[in-house]
Amino acid sequence: MLHTVNKSPFEKNSLDTCLAHAKEGSAILLIEDGVYGATKGTAVSNKVQEAMSKFTVYALEPDVKLRGVADKVMDGVKLVDYAGFVDLAVENDKVQAWL
Amino acid sequence: MKFTVQVNEGPYQHQASDSAYLFAKAALEKGHEIYRIFFYHDGVNNGTRLTKPPQDDRNIVNRWSELAEQHNLDLVICVAAAQRRGIADADEAKRNGKDADNIAPGFRISGLGQLIEGGIQSDRLVVFGD
Repeated sequence: MLHTVNKSPFEKNSLDTCLAHAKEGSAILLIEDGVYGATKGTAVSNKVQEAMSKFTVYALEPDVKLRGVADKVMDGVKLVDYAGFVDLAVENDKVQAWL
Repeated sequence: MKFTVQVNEGPYQHQASDSAYLFAKAALEKGHEIYRIFFYHDGVNNGTRLTKPPQDDRNIVNRWSELAEQHNLDLVICVAAAQRRGIADADEAKRNGKDADNIAPGFRISGLGQLIEGGIQSDRLVVFGD
């Protein structure tokens, strides 16, 4: 299953909700302000790093670049473009948006 | 693969309608089918032809209409959400005693059943909102 998170973890708890509900092996795609969750050296970096042992974490590269944090993306986060987003939606049997 | 896309937010206020558009465009470019795009809640504001953004800004409404024309897309606006927000086609305007309609080309107004049917008929339902 593909989970999308579009909220900054410093503003809303959508990422926490997603991490609490997603089953092991799920794909989590951070989009829009959600990409701040993929940056290193923040209050949530450890949590996201830990989550990567259970889930594959992706971030939407165009949204990462729009926010100027391309050089701050933590190791292990996979960057995808919109075509990659579509591929993830195809590869996973369901898409759940944590709004 | 068949997709239905749900858009819950209006243009220019939130990134959701941009994300939904770019997702739909990428899916079409990859050869997938967009069975329907359903505009719900403030998302219905994507379907007014009266917007006039500055020339150097993207025209979100026209962009939807153009994509719909190119790919024969079904852009559906939720009727109850539209009535609350003043989005009307000619029939809706007449039925509700309004003096004008404002629906953009390529959009149509229908009910929530169209979202459910889109979910049933499509392989994936992808939601964009706030």
